[in-house]
Amino acid sequence: MIKYIFKRFLYAIPILIGVNLLTFTLFFVVNSPEDVARLHLGNKRVTQEQIQTWNEERGYNRPLFYNSSESGLKSVQETIFYEKSFKLFIFEFGLSDSGRDIKNDIKQRMWPSLAIALPTLLVGLLINITFALFFVFFRATYIDYIGVIFCVALMSISSLFYIIGGQYLISKLLHLVPISGYAQGYEAIKFLILPVIISVIYGIGSGTRWYRSLFLEEIEKDYVKTARSKGLSEASVLFNHVFKNALIPILTGIVVILPLLFMGSLIVESFFGIPGLGSYTIDAIQSQDFAIVRAMVFLGTLLYIFGLILTDIAYTLVDPRVRLK
Amino acid sequence: MFIFLLTDIFFYFIILTLIVYTAYVLKTPDIRETWAYVFRNKTGILSIVVLSFFVLIALVDSIHIKNKFYDEKTKEYIYNSEIKSLLDIVLMPMHYNSEKSYSAPFSSHLYSKETVKQGSNSEIRVYPDLLYKGNHNKFSDDKAYNISITLIISFIKSFFICFLIYMLIFYRTLFKNYFNFFLSIKKNNTLCFTIFLIVFISISIYDLSLQYYVLGTDKVGVDVLYKSIKSIRTGILIGTLTTIVMLPFAIFLGIFAGYVGGFVDDIIQYIYTTLNSIPSVLLIASAILMLQVYMANNPLDFENIYERADLRLFFLCMILGLTSWTGLCRLLRGESMKLREVDYVQASKTFGLSKLSIIIRHIIPNIMHIVIITVVLDFSALVLAEAVLSYVNIGVDPTTFSWGNMINAARLEMSREPVVWWSLFAAFLFMFILVLFANLFSDVVRDAFDPRANKNYE
Repeated sequence: MIKYIFKRFLYAIPILIGVNLLTFTLFFVVNSPEDVARLHLGNKRVTQEQIQTWNEERGYNRPLFYNSSESGLKSVQETIFYEKSFKLFIFEFGLSDSGRDIKNDIKQRMWPSLAIALPTLLVGLLINITFALFFVFFRATYIDYIGVIFCVALMSISSLFYIIGGQYLISKLLHLVPISGYAQGYEAIKFLILPVIISVIYGIGSGTRWYRSLFLEEIEKDYVKTARSKGLSEASVLFNHVFKNALIPILTGIVVILPLLFMGSLIVESFFGIPGLGSYTIDAIQSQDFAIVRAMVFLGTLLYIFGLILTDIAYTLVDPRVRLK
Repeated sequence: MFIFLLTDIFFYFIILTLIVYTAYVLKTPDIRETWAYVFRNKTGILSIVVLSFFVLIALVDSIHIKNKFYDEKTKEYIYNSEIKSLLDIVLMPMHYNSEKSYSAPFSSHLYSKETVKQGSNSEIRVYPDLLYKGNHNKFSDDKAYNISITLIISFIKSFFICFLIYMLIFYRTLFKNYFNFFLSIKKNNTLCFTIFLIVFISISIYDLSLQYYVLGTDKVGVDVLYKSIKSIRTGILIGTLTTIVMLPFAIFLGIFAGYVGGFVDDIIQYIYTTLNSIPSVLLIASAILMLQVYMANNPLDFENIYERADLRLFFLCMILGLTSWTGLCRLLRGESMKLREVDYVQASKTFGLSKLSIIIRHIIPNIMHIVIITVVLDFSALVLAEAVLSYVNIGVDPTTFSWGNMINAARLEMSREPVVWWSLFAAFLFMFILVLFANLFSDVVRDAFDPRANKNYE
């Protein structure tokens, strides 16, 4: 087991290197640092000197891979690749283009993100599974049929409408909670409640349908037929047999996104003014702060791969049939 | 003179692919039977008709022309720099004139008061009348009465047009006898009803839009209905072009990895795992940001704003395609690995068929159902993604008509007092209809093509 996990971690390294090279190519090779500087300083009437100083301040004036003016180890270290890409591996995110410490920002901002994402996940899970079990219990009846149509309709609405509509209805018309903002401690709850509710409602359509299809797949199996022929009631079959076995795919589906919860939701956070990592990324994209975007790409990939490894471990824990090699 | 923008050409190509595929389906009995299930299904035929209507609008909007006009000074014909689509010409009454600012749907005046001089030195604050529409009622001065008469007339009109369409569809029975003709209309009631509904809605909206702004006007006085209709092309294009871009990669690499295996398999697996590991929004954001930098630094490469916006749309599709081919590729790899071991493939191998002909004859036809299901499923997700990306400013060009841009603008309108709700409502309505029917369609297609789908419960 430990050997397997170790192997999985080793396998993650080439992927991270690949991602790193890809972002490096995107951000430094496709457009030279000079182009980026020109964009930031405004295209017209920008002197070469201004570009030089802008790049120097942010350390973009080094060569890409090999610095011929230095000698020894320094010729590799004094390059953009080492400074901006390689250092991500040791979690040195450096300074953003506007001069802020990215690592510090991430440390502060991941908790508000989690404060939205975790309740959303748990409440959403509870509601979606309840609905799905309800529809499966009444499968092939009009209740199920209408329920599925309703889910498809919910899925067909863009997340932006849920947010704008929810903000308008609850904050602006009913004045129940503030439209946006954030506070520390328990005060935060009144800012968090609306984004959580909206995210949960947004997820109901696809979530319920997904769990419903999982349950339906399970209900076809032989052991369910056996349970029924033993004379168990339909409800007991559903809860004790179908639900328990469907938990395996449900659980593994959750584990993979657990680490990514720290990254937060881009849209929700920026609409509600939550100072999480999602709004951090959006702000960076909108102000074209590429240093932050690069750091977030790396962090997101890392968390995703970590989630995959966790999934594998979770599989062996919940399903004794699976043996890891 | 006809102008072919880059996305136009690709869109024609998509339509051509659709036609070729239809011909292929008609020729192949088993696939024809599978599609017949979709067409016999009530939800299936309903969504097919609605989606075809949207595609038709997008197609009409993809035929671009430049106007020629006679210049008095040089005594020559010169081309107008403005590019119009065929749809613009059809919808001329909607966008030919524009008002000053916001006006509510069916309103006869602007949405906000303005100071108007009255007489020599007295000023009053009034809602100024609209200049072009809303006050020229055709039949009666009473607005409700006027609207209902317009609706009744368009109802009668659509009856005649639908009858013509039905005659076209059921022309075979029409020549046999009239009784059979009406019988076949009755037999295909979902189809006929959907067609009637679409024709009625489009005719009545068109008739009404000659007299009113049906969905109001936006900040600079442009008809919101016109903007929403123009956005259809962007939505459809992002949904279809992206898939067309990614399909060759996904199919080729998926089969290659699955069927050939070994070292090739490892490399292809590595590529798609790497791409798949990056959260897709961030990958799209990085690529689009770099494109923005490139476009800002090389303004000379792009002749005019139309080409610039068009190129950005095209690149957006390319980038979305780049991030979405990995899922399909993985599925196809697994399926081809399974197929490699199947008896009939092994048999053809023993008969000495080359690898290429095995792939063409046996593998590709047997993975097509996965491709079709994925393409149809992805469509609605892509249309929704466009709106979100435009909100983050990494979507289509701000000058392109798109629902994402409309929603983006609507954020400010929702926070002003009194609220301007119709832009958001229009974007919501159009997007909802398109995505809803795409979702319904994908459900039916999945039922028809997925061998694992449990048809009993659906």
